[in-house]
Amino acid sequence: MKKYMAYPYGVWMLIFIIAPILLVVYYAFTDKSGALTLGNFTSMLSYTSIFGRSFLLAFAATVVCLLLGYPLAYIMSKQPPRWQNFYMMLIMLPMWMNFLLRTYAWMSILENNGFINQFLQNIGVIRLLNTLLRPEAPIEYLPLINTGGAVVLGMVYNFLPFMVLPIYNVLIKIDKKLIEAAQDLGAPSGAVFRKVIFPLSMPGVIAGITMVFVPAVSTFVISKTLGGGKEMLIGDLIDLQFMGNAYNPQLGSAIALVMMALVFLCMLIMNRFDDGSGEEGGLLL
Amino acid sequence: MKKILALALSALLMTSLTACGGSSDEVVNVYNWGEYIDTDLLQQFEKETGIRVVYNTFETNEGLYSRLQSESYDVVIPSDYMIARMIDEGMLQKLNLDNIPNYSLIDSKYTHLEYDPEQAYSVPYTWGAVGIIYNTKKVDEADTGSWDLLWNPKYAGQTAMFDNSRDALGLTLKLLGYSQNTTDKDELRAAADKIIAGKDNFQGFWMDQILEKLPNEEILIAPYYNGDAVTMMEDNPDLSFYIPKEGTNVFVDAMCIPANAKNIENAEKFINFMCTTEAAAANAEYIGYSSPQREVYEQLDEEIKNDPIHYPGEDTIANGEVFRNLPEEINEYYSALWTEILR
Repeated sequence: MKKYMAYPYGVWMLIFIIAPILLVVYYAFTDKSGALTLGNFTSMLSYTSIFGRSFLLAFAATVVCLLLGYPLAYIMSKQPPRWQNFYMMLIMLPMWMNFLLRTYAWMSILENNGFINQFLQNIGVIRLLNTLLRPEAPIEYLPLINTGGAVVLGMVYNFLPFMVLPIYNVLIKIDKKLIEAAQDLGAPSGAVFRKVIFPLSMPGVIAGITMVFVPAVSTFVISKTLGGGKEMLIGDLIDLQFMGNAYNPQLGSAIALVMMALVFLCMLIMNRFDDGSGEEGGLLL
Repeated sequence: MKKILALALSALLMTSLTACGGSSDEVVNVYNWGEYIDTDLLQQFEKETGIRVVYNTFETNEGLYSRLQSESYDVVIPSDYMIARMIDEGMLQKLNLDNIPNYSLIDSKYTHLEYDPEQAYSVPYTWGAVGIIYNTKKVDEADTGSWDLLWNPKYAGQTAMFDNSRDALGLTLKLLGYSQNTTDKDELRAAADKIIAGKDNFQGFWMDQILEKLPNEEILIAPYYNGDAVTMMEDNPDLSFYIPKEGTNVFVDAMCIPANAKNIENAEKFINFMCTTEAAAANAEYIGYSSPQREVYEQLDEEIKNDPIHYPGEDTIANGEVFRNLPEEINEYYSALWTEILR
């Protein structure tokens, strides 16, 4: 590979990554007339609850993804190679479908007259709950949709592959000799995992957390479809600045910039946990 | 060798792409609301005139507005207040009605309205009114009649609210007895508080999703536009529609040519085509919205003519308000209130 082979990507980066970020920065620090101002940032203080909610939901989704994704990646990496490809395909399969379609599908599963509630009604679970708990007003369905839980579920479903794949990739590359050495030296299997496998897989975990957390914190379709749209997330707030009544790209850019800074900060803290043992780990910073 | 092959292939691709674009130089770029045209008409227009239609859709007036800042379209179909705003900001060009002879077929009831008093910039496409759609099976008839139904605790968690600030605050202002075009911040504040107080009663804030949730009986009551009420009632005959007694928003969506249009003649031809009796009738039939075209209305069945859902009556119009463009300060206040409501 010659050095100049990287030029096309360099140009790409300049046009589609560097230039837009500079534009965002420019907008964020100017007002409608183009004069320099910090007003966009100070007016953002009233949105702290929206920021808090977005980070909390994204954090919950990331934790669930990690708890589900790590064991999955681990078990997958232990399968015979032929099966590994098959499992990989199963994980990728939902991603071949359109993101919106997947989210809409969840809507009809979780709705009050949706698939789950219909099923629970038909097998008598709802009636059982009513007789057991004797609530003041008998329920007809479980409130699943339009809740924070539904939003987290939507995030987990959509972003889980981004957690599994990097962890899996790191796990299959771990030198088997290290594990054998640990076993030869008498480490029980729990200790082998805790002291050898898990630390070695940290770069994958960090990458997975990044790849789940970042899209989750900025999503805006999921909160509208599964969350009922009653409470905004940061993505909705930014959307509103561009598509709302007062067209305000300056404020929108400022919010986007602050979010980028916060995500950057989160990643910085995160990388502290990475002891630097994995060379592949430095993917973000 | 591989390099040369790749180059040759990409060159071939480029020429075929440009050839594709060049096969018909005459185009008209149309930007319309989603689900808001009988698409067969586009093909018919292409066949009759040889002008290729590039058709794209938007979801909200505000989305159209922000898109027009950087894109060029030949025909756009915004609503009244957005037309007024775009006229104010010089984003539309005056129409040459000599080139749009079928404009004469538009009923004068729907022309020269406040948003375009000289009717210099727009040709009405559809009109309608906002009302409440409810499920007759589950909602007591005695509770209906007012916007208040959305806040009725009897139907807690079964109603919905508009997910755009202008419509949501607009209907709440009406409920409180204020004008939908008010610039009084106290009145707007009161409306916002009323919506916040109702948040537990609403299952959600939605736009297009209402089109599914009402017929599927996920919700029982929601505000929406009369044209879509027609469509929803076809899906679920238990649904019914009324215009609340406090009055409502009467809207007109009209075809305009943006200042930055590139194919003005083709845009005029397209607008003229959409105003022909044949096309306007087919379109009204397809999308369910009321047509401002005189001959289309005249040839309708008496039943539809007198149906207040298809064609809201004179009293609705008299009691209703057309959205006016608001001063920038108030637009910003709307955004601030809206953020507070959904915070």
